[in-house]
Amino acid sequence: MDSQVNETTRPHITAKVEIPEQRSKLHTEDLQVDAASKSGLEARSVHAWFDKHHALADISLHFPKNTVTGLIGPSGCGKSTFLRLLNRMHEFIPRAAMAGEVLFAGNDIYAPGVNPIDIRRRIGMVFQKPNPFPAMNIGENVVAGLKLSRVKTSNKDALIEDCLTRAGLWKEVKDRLGSAGGSLSGGQQQRLCIARALALNPEVLLLDEPCSALDPGSTLRVEETIVQLSATMTIVIVTHNMQQAARVSDYCAFFLSDGGPGHLVEADLTTNIFSNPSDSRTADYVQGRFG
Amino acid sequence: MSVVVETMPPVPTRPWRNSKTTGMRNLAAIVLAVICGGAINQVTGLSGFLGLFLGAAFLFPVFVAVANAKRGANVVTDRIASAVIAVGFIAVTIPWLSIFITVFQKGSEAFHSSYLTDDMRITPSGDDLQYGGIAHAIIGTLLMVLVATVISVPFGIIAAVYIVEVKGRFAGLIRFLVQAMSGVPSIVAGLFVYSTVVILFGGFSAWAGAVALSILMLPTVARTSEEVLKLVSVDLRTSSAALGATQARTVFTVVIPTVASGLITAAVLGVARVVGETAPLILTSSYFVATSTNLNDPIASLPIYIFSNLGLGDQNATARAWGGALVLLGLVFFFFLLTRIFSSRIKRK
Amino acid sequence: MGLPFTVSCEHYGVQTTVPEKRSIDNNLTRVDKVFHNLVTLGAFFSMVVLAAIGGFLLYRGFEIFKDFGFSFITSSKWDIGNPEDTSTAILGIGAMLFGSVITAIIAVVISVPFAVATALLIEFYVPGWIKTILVSILDLVAALPSVVFGIWGYAVLLPLVEDWSVTIEHYLGWIPIFNVPSEIFGRSPLLAGLLLGLMIVPIITSVAREVYSQAPRELIDAASALGGTRWGALRAVVLPFGRSGLVGGTMLGLGRALGETVAVYLTLNLVFEINFKILASAGGNVASLIATKFGEATAYELKALMAAGLVLFLVTLLVNFGATMIVNKSRKIV
Repeated sequence: MDSQVNETTRPHITAKVEIPEQRSKLHTEDLQVDAASKSGLEARSVHAWFDKHHALADISLHFPKNTVTGLIGPSGCGKSTFLRLLNRMHEFIPRAAMAGEVLFAGNDIYAPGVNPIDIRRRIGMVFQKPNPFPAMNIGENVVAGLKLSRVKTSNKDALIEDCLTRAGLWKEVKDRLGSAGGSLSGGQQQRLCIARALALNPEVLLLDEPCSALDPGSTLRVEETIVQLSATMTIVIVTHNMQQAARVSDYCAFFLSDGGPGHLVEADLTTNIFSNPSDSRTADYVQGRFG
Repeated sequence: MSVVVETMPPVPTRPWRNSKTTGMRNLAAIVLAVICGGAINQVTGLSGFLGLFLGAAFLFPVFVAVANAKRGANVVTDRIASAVIAVGFIAVTIPWLSIFITVFQKGSEAFHSSYLTDDMRITPSGDDLQYGGIAHAIIGTLLMVLVATVISVPFGIIAAVYIVEVKGRFAGLIRFLVQAMSGVPSIVAGLFVYSTVVILFGGFSAWAGAVALSILMLPTVARTSEEVLKLVSVDLRTSSAALGATQARTVFTVVIPTVASGLITAAVLGVARVVGETAPLILTSSYFVATSTNLNDPIASLPIYIFSNLGLGDQNATARAWGGALVLLGLVFFFFLLTRIFSSRIKRK
Repeated sequence: MGLPFTVSCEHYGVQTTVPEKRSIDNNLTRVDKVFHNLVTLGAFFSMVVLAAIGGFLLYRGFEIFKDFGFSFITSSKWDIGNPEDTSTAILGIGAMLFGSVITAIIAVVISVPFAVATALLIEFYVPGWIKTILVSILDLVAALPSVVFGIWGYAVLLPLVEDWSVTIEHYLGWIPIFNVPSEIFGRSPLLAGLLLGLMIVPIITSVAREVYSQAPRELIDAASALGGTRWGALRAVVLPFGRSGLVGGTMLGLGRALGETVAVYLTLNLVFEINFKILASAGGNVASLIATKFGEATAYELKALMAAGLVLFLVTLLVNFGATMIVNKSRKIV
């Protein structure tokens, strides 16, 4: 049985690598996805290092188009690192390194000549702590990305309304677009940050524990927003909240680091992960026995 | 069940590092900018090294922009900004470098075998450079700085102890005053000491010079000591108090010994700050041509040695001024190295 | 009854009144009281010095303020007249004050862009080990004596600036500030201002660097994640964040430039007229006036120099108070 994989057979960095057979069906062709959705985002044998520290080993995952994938696992297992590798934010950390490929619409985003700025524009990101720009008001915050990446827009006001509506914030702020972003509540600020990411019309949205700083009510509002957005875009969400993963995601990937680099234990349909995981560690984790 | 796979070990890569082509492109932009700068140099009135630099400095960002033109307005702006920032930094370091090089070149001309051990007692400033020396100025400067240190270091540390340890009601005010005091122009400190020490005690003296220097030293010592004392962990103080020590004992036997090297750094930083002060010494210690250690009389000092030789306009005297500048630079450099050595000790703790 | 303690029934019943707060007496031991008082006394030394500087200069220069009043500050004439008769003297530091201000402004205008570029380069463009080296160099330059700057400015920068001035006057002479009717260039406010600018770059840079380094990481990340380039993130996040700190650092540099003596003495021709033609070889500042006139001053002139020193002291103190408050405030925000 796969679940009896010994602790010592974790992947180590030697010439002969012993890798537990990955249960991920998401990167294999046999998963039933239609042709159009194959254009999503795909990581192939991705590793990450911080200086000499091997933080993440051999992650292969496919995020089909217009689905929500939850990345779960205990703290320090490399979920956030993996997320930042997907839109080339990883490289901002001094002495960071990586290996492997990340395919976006069929092309490696780490290939020479690829402009990382374009990648970040097309793969949006929302962070753990709401971080609206303090020097800008609500409206300016929504279109900040356009200014930053020098994208022209014909109708700014319509775009602001559209993004705020999609982020589920329009009704609450439509009368005070001129006030500071910091005057909103934490949950509203986070939805403002989602709206800000939406303004660039990204094809993928990465969310790094977007609700960990929010109260339960705000969390629900953000989750509703995520589900609505998934109709038109691919979403990857890192979360520590099992209920949240179960509520919003179509697929789940369980990461674990038992001392060595973080690695993928299994990835499957969310329902399978929660009701019928193949690996006993996954079962233990989703049922709250550790982590 | 686990599968054993034979694979190559994964190799850490940094695909975001500048590729060779980008590097070549930047290099080409620099080379091209310098060549064009040279051409402009020949054709127009912008002559010399500075003309070359100015031409290249303006052209470099332009070429960088052209080289990246295909990559969109956003990238072009970013690259121009990087180029401008690099050029700005280089532009400001060139004069600094020039200062070091010029002082070294011109200063070494005045040096001869006994330059550091002779004084100007029997040598007129205009005399040939193989006569006379600078010993009197070095001794005078070191003497005054030593006295200034003895005066200002205790007060500086006390101010820091008040702010960090005693945390008195006026801690904010004292910190503010110390910061404001660091902005007192050195000539004003000189005037003040002239109007008190010099007038009241009958004339220019090394004492007066030392007092003026100590006024200028105090803020540096106090502020650096404050930073240093803050490095001492609260636990250390609490555990000393828990052993029944009074606060005074804690400060003197635990806190100060822990950061002794930091407090020495503070003192040396203060010394480096005032060792080259000229203006206040004109008004306080005046000048003297022979080696002297009498604190009640006027005394020689390096800055005044430079200043007065420069004022004579004579070629040999000017060369002596440069020699003095080299020695002064050496002293500043020496004290500066000392601060680095002591402060690296604090970090290791 | 032999109970060693008493049981209060209130502990079991419902307490209706909130117990009164007990203050914990933190009585210092006698040793610490003495220690506190001594340290407090010593700490006020800086205040005593500042007050004494102001007091003594006012005392020594009071006669000048009494004789000339406000015209001491506005008049540009410096004439001791008949040394025997103080009533024939006309003394005013208007031109010198103007010179202090114009050289300091030139210094600040020139140095701020370079200081910002240097600070950004150090914080955001170079790897850690180069950063350490550059910070050391900046600290060293900040500690360079002004007489070294002065002698270099006189020997190296003066001929260069003289050359440029001729060129600038040739092409831009129609602008009043670049016009030089006397055709005498050289030891001009531009030269002194340039030199002062080089001296204050390290001061402004180190303050700017400190505030820029405190710009919130998550905002820079947000800007990058929105497709911002490095420069885009700096402009959207770091520069606005560091603005007030930069203003404070600039004012610190301004204070230094206003009070500089020797560097200005060596690079600016002392002429008692208000000269706004920055290429012309005429000017001076209050500090260099004091250094120049001190040697052969009459007793009455000496009093005027004390008064001039007081004015300089108050002006720089004001600038520094402002700068300190702004810098401290921008530190507290973080």
